[in-house]
Amino acid sequence: MAIDCLVLGAGQEVGKSCVVVSIGGKRIMFDCGMHMGYHDHRRYPDFSLISQSGDFTSAITCIIITHFHLDHVGALPYFTEVCGYNGPIYMTYPTKALAPFMLEDYRKVMVDRRGEQELFTSDDIMECMKKVIPVDLKQTVKVDSELQIRAYYAGHVLGAAMFYAKVGESAMVYTGDYNMTPDRHLGAAQIDRLQLDLLITESTYATTVRDSKYAREREFIKAVHKCVAGGGKVLIPTFALGRAQELCIILDDYWERMNLKVPIYFSAGLTIQANVYYKMLIGWTSQKIKSTYATRNAFDFKHVCSFDRSLINAPGPCVLFATPGMISGGFSLEVFKHWAPSEMNLVTLPGYCVAGTVGHKLMSGKPTRIDIDKGTKIDVRCQIHQLSFSPHTDGRGIMDLVRFLSPKHVILVHGEKPKMALLKGKIHSELGIKCYDPANNETVQVPSTQTLKVNVTKPFVKKQFSEISTHTNGKLECKSTEAWDEKKILSLLQIRDERVAEAILLMEKSKKARVMKEDELLPNLGLKEHKIELGYCFPISVQISSTRFQSNASDTTSWLHELFLKVTIEDEFNSVQEYSDHLKIGSFHACLCPKERCPLRNDELKEGKPAIYVCCTWSLNDEKLAQRVIAFMKGLELGIS
Amino acid sequence: MKLTCLSQGKGFYFPPSHVLDICGFKILIDCPIDLSTLTIFSPVPFDYNQCVEAQISSDGDSPNSSSGSFKRRRVEKYLEVSDLVCAEPWYKTALNWKLTDVSLIDVVLISSPMAMLGLPFLTRIKEASAKIYATEAAAKLGCLMMEDLVSMHAEYRQYYGPAESGVPHWMEELEALSPVLREIVLGKENTNLGHWQSMYSGCQRVHEENSDTEGAIYLSSSSFVSAHAMDFDYHSLQGNDVIIFSDFSYLHGGKVERKSVGHGSLDLSCSAYNEREAQMVPLVDSDEGSEEVDKLAFISSCIVNTVEQGGSAMIPIGQLGVILLLVEQISLSLEALNLKIPIYMISSVAEETLAFTSIIPEWVSKQRQHKLFSGEALFGHIDLVKEKKLHLFSGIWSSEFVTAWQEPCIVFSPHWSLRLGPVIHLLRRWHEDPRSLLVLEGGVDAELALLPFKPVAMKVLQCSFLSGIRVNKIQPLLENLQPKLVLFPKDLESLLASENMNSTPLLYYCENETLRVPRLSDYYEADMETDLAFQLKPKRMRERDAAMARLRGKLEIICGKYFLVSTNSSPDASQNQLLHWGSIDPDLLLAALKRKGIEGYLRKDTEIAEENYLVQVEQPAKAVIDISRTRTVISMTDNTLVANILQAIESVVDSI
Repeated sequence: MAIDCLVLGAGQEVGKSCVVVSIGGKRIMFDCGMHMGYHDHRRYPDFSLISQSGDFTSAITCIIITHFHLDHVGALPYFTEVCGYNGPIYMTYPTKALAPFMLEDYRKVMVDRRGEQELFTSDDIMECMKKVIPVDLKQTVKVDSELQIRAYYAGHVLGAAMFYAKVGESAMVYTGDYNMTPDRHLGAAQIDRLQLDLLITESTYATTVRDSKYAREREFIKAVHKCVAGGGKVLIPTFALGRAQELCIILDDYWERMNLKVPIYFSAGLTIQANVYYKMLIGWTSQKIKSTYATRNAFDFKHVCSFDRSLINAPGPCVLFATPGMISGGFSLEVFKHWAPSEMNLVTLPGYCVAGTVGHKLMSGKPTRIDIDKGTKIDVRCQIHQLSFSPHTDGRGIMDLVRFLSPKHVILVHGEKPKMALLKGKIHSELGIKCYDPANNETVQVPSTQTLKVNVTKPFVKKQFSEISTHTNGKLECKSTEAWDEKKILSLLQIRDERVAEAILLMEKSKKARVMKEDELLPNLGLKEHKIELGYCFPISVQISSTRFQSNASDTTSWLHELFLKVTIEDEFNSVQEYSDHLKIGSFHACLCPKERCPLRNDELKEGKPAIYVCCTWSLNDEKLAQRVIAFMKGLELGIS
Repeated sequence: MKLTCLSQGKGFYFPPSHVLDICGFKILIDCPIDLSTLTIFSPVPFDYNQCVEAQISSDGDSPNSSSGSFKRRRVEKYLEVSDLVCAEPWYKTALNWKLTDVSLIDVVLISSPMAMLGLPFLTRIKEASAKIYATEAAAKLGCLMMEDLVSMHAEYRQYYGPAESGVPHWMEELEALSPVLREIVLGKENTNLGHWQSMYSGCQRVHEENSDTEGAIYLSSSSFVSAHAMDFDYHSLQGNDVIIFSDFSYLHGGKVERKSVGHGSLDLSCSAYNEREAQMVPLVDSDEGSEEVDKLAFISSCIVNTVEQGGSAMIPIGQLGVILLLVEQISLSLEALNLKIPIYMISSVAEETLAFTSIIPEWVSKQRQHKLFSGEALFGHIDLVKEKKLHLFSGIWSSEFVTAWQEPCIVFSPHWSLRLGPVIHLLRRWHEDPRSLLVLEGGVDAELALLPFKPVAMKVLQCSFLSGIRVNKIQPLLENLQPKLVLFPKDLESLLASENMNSTPLLYYCENETLRVPRLSDYYEADMETDLAFQLKPKRMRERDAAMARLRGKLEIICGKYFLVSTNSSPDASQNQLLHWGSIDPDLLLAALKRKGIEGYLRKDTEIAEENYLVQVEQPAKAVIDISRTRTVISMTDNTLVANILQAIESVVDSI
């Protein structure tokens, strides 16, 4: 069976991440995001492609959300409360704690500022979050008897996780957004070396290779300091969570060291409440920040206070964190209108702005005038500083991760089409891994490992591995069969051997199929073998003295012994073994026939000539040997001294 | 697999310890210290004059005492303060260091903070090379406890000076100890002193141990958290689902701690039994929960009554979860009565421990987790500290402590053995005050623990808390887990008898004995590639509902799992002999021969045995088929005829 990947969002673009993966009969939705650049139906993934009937609960086994960014979680309340999905939803503890913030903030912007009809209410967000099952990192969660999932640290934002999913032997990882280098407040992504059929990875910076971000952080601090030193105001538009706290740690730390008194404000949307969460969830930050929990929690910002609308036009320098990021509307836009016309002021922009936002317009060239909407134009004279550090991995990091995991297939999402195409080629040519970059609403199918669970018997395993030990091409260090023990086998992570295992697979009703050695089969079934053999009884001439002709029992033994001596000197038959009443070569068995009328006899004895009858049987695969032995024996004459 | 029970433990503070031998890997499960044995030592600063006086006065009764009568006195009389050992304490662990070769231990698994206090004893041995696994939270709390233990122990060091080299004098003169103390030292069976160790040497050492372990910890933080699938995948080789129950029930007469090893099919609902969770907030299920809530409410009301009447309350409880809940409960009661009584928490790690409890939302109960999601602090102590209702001090010698100190007050401070930490000094202050209250935990020998503080006029409240699972929960748990085998402590066998346990096979283990756990299955599990499965040509059996096929493939081991994969090599021609079984019905055979155009008849022969048959073939050539129960012989004739006869036989007998 194959793994089907339906890309509902973030296919050859950034925004509304949503991939529905069918794996081993299960269907998992990874992320349920919204697109910031659209205000029509395109803002949400096209859920109708999942189920035409609209019964999403039975169509999807579970939803997994990787982190709290809106392009990963923005459509979730809509999908659960409006579309009616009622199944399990998994996310990490921080994501469950922080996602409602982002959703509520976004809902407010949507309704209050743009006057749009809301697509979900505050209650919807609450109800939706109640359905969420929080998971810890590296915790293996059994979604049902077959599907297992596990979260791995992804960096990026607080609580961001990559998710591993496994059904039977089919396994995959969906990375969400991740960062392969630690930053001010988060550690680097970390994952086990898993056996994967498929890796779905983000590719925001597919072709970029970045140097150290500390230099870029210094640039940011320098720009901010220069502005406030000159009496200017700094506007830092951010979303409520993540970047705001990261930049705030940098500034708070700098303010402390430089003993600056210029106020740092958080706007209302960016409540200081968010920091309460950050303080509790400090265990999810980098080792350095984590270790501050006992002395002074790094999210206890000393210099930060909340902002009041009346302060917009207050004189004197200040730094203001305001939502939403990218200046897509709301309070950050309002402040921007006031502050943009003065060249003393500074506006910082994130590394990436979605098309259609004011931030995006500011980034493209150096505009002096921006149209906000019909009739509103703003003269932009302030300085613009673009933050060039990003919580996403760069191209090198993606390659490192793919190389580390070495999955059988890679699917790229969450990136820009031309760059993704380049990365795709690179993964294919450098790593030899099949790679795909589907567009939205396309399905990619990749084959998956499929196995059947069987039981193998101990003697079978023992035989296989003891044979390796006696053959030079095996890698086991056992000296003999006796040295075989479980520890030796276990201690070798991987044993490959070209020797063929011959066995019998037994399938009984309501029992697991068993693989066993051939000789185990009949005892297991409580049955007896029925041998099928060929047989022939023929005379051999003998020369005898008259005394010897009065035959008795002991004579039989001596005739047989004489026969043995004749046979054994022949090179071809020198493996013959002598027993008290028969001779044996392989399965060929010969004895002096005690019967008057043996059914296997069809050559009649020539009248008067003294002879003995030799009765032989042999199994079918010793047919040729038997023919040769019989021919040889027939030509003999015994008793000649 | 082999299980050796090192110790069945003694409740929360001394969890059981086992060594598990799986496929040649030696796994030590938990490495605790039995801190209750500290009671044989005399606390410091010990009033030596008082001791000498007591000795003189008691000897004064019989001025001509010979050594014989001296010994009799030891047996007959109650213990005296002077009987306690005046020396720097040694610590008793579960592991017998003289009998155990620690270099053979491959892995140590730690199930709770309490269970790791003995780890530094292990890691300070050069040959020890085991990897140590614990959850991050357990490791952190355990580390704090070790630091606290070392700092409290330092007081003894200061008092007695540098450690004696070699075995301390009291160990060499065990006969001089009173029988009660001797039994504590040696255990009931009078074994030996192999369990005793001197304290690890200082904080630095402890830190070192922990930095050693941390790397490993991160790797495996899922192993106990998920209550599901250990990281070591022995399952594919072992195939056994075994649960080991280890005793926890000295205090509760029926509460047993659970440890499960190598279980493959744990359901998530079992995570409710997760030890850590139960410890942090013992609200596991409603009836147990409400019982615990009632208990806490009662203790809290006793404490509040005490301070209302001008007394102080001393609470040397070590269970962090109980402390956190009591602090919340007491402060609520105080507030309701509008009492401004300070609550002190005095310990070298008080501040760090409380700070840590507020950043581990993943480990607290569901109710507390809701606080995370609604943006409230997990526990009330954060606000209480801010409101200056709860005061944290690292020790009683700081000037801040002296200036902040007020009585009456409520003090949470280690150590429950009453032999270590600030509790000693505070008991000296309050022991004769009948208004004051001491809250002790059940399982502590109060008589012995309070011996150095006699006469005791203060009230003593002793209560036990739920830790582990109750006997009546075992059956439902096992039903849920469906293990193939359960290992259970022998001395609790009678407890289970009352439960309906017939569905699960049980094995019983005893302390210091090795129990061989048999393989439950003769099989190993393997994964067969579909490619190989498609190559199979299954054949039905004639008289059974079964089928079988010959299989040619390769057996591989990948990451401890068996895989059967297909091979390209062509079959060995010499190995094509079929295997036949069952008996041949001669009439069926004749019919089958006829279909092949072979004419024959059953021949009677006086020479052949009763159950045998001879089939005489006449057409197309002469041949004889000699049939017995287990063998059929065809007389040699031309090859085509033989082949046809064989085909006829194949059609009437099972073969593969």
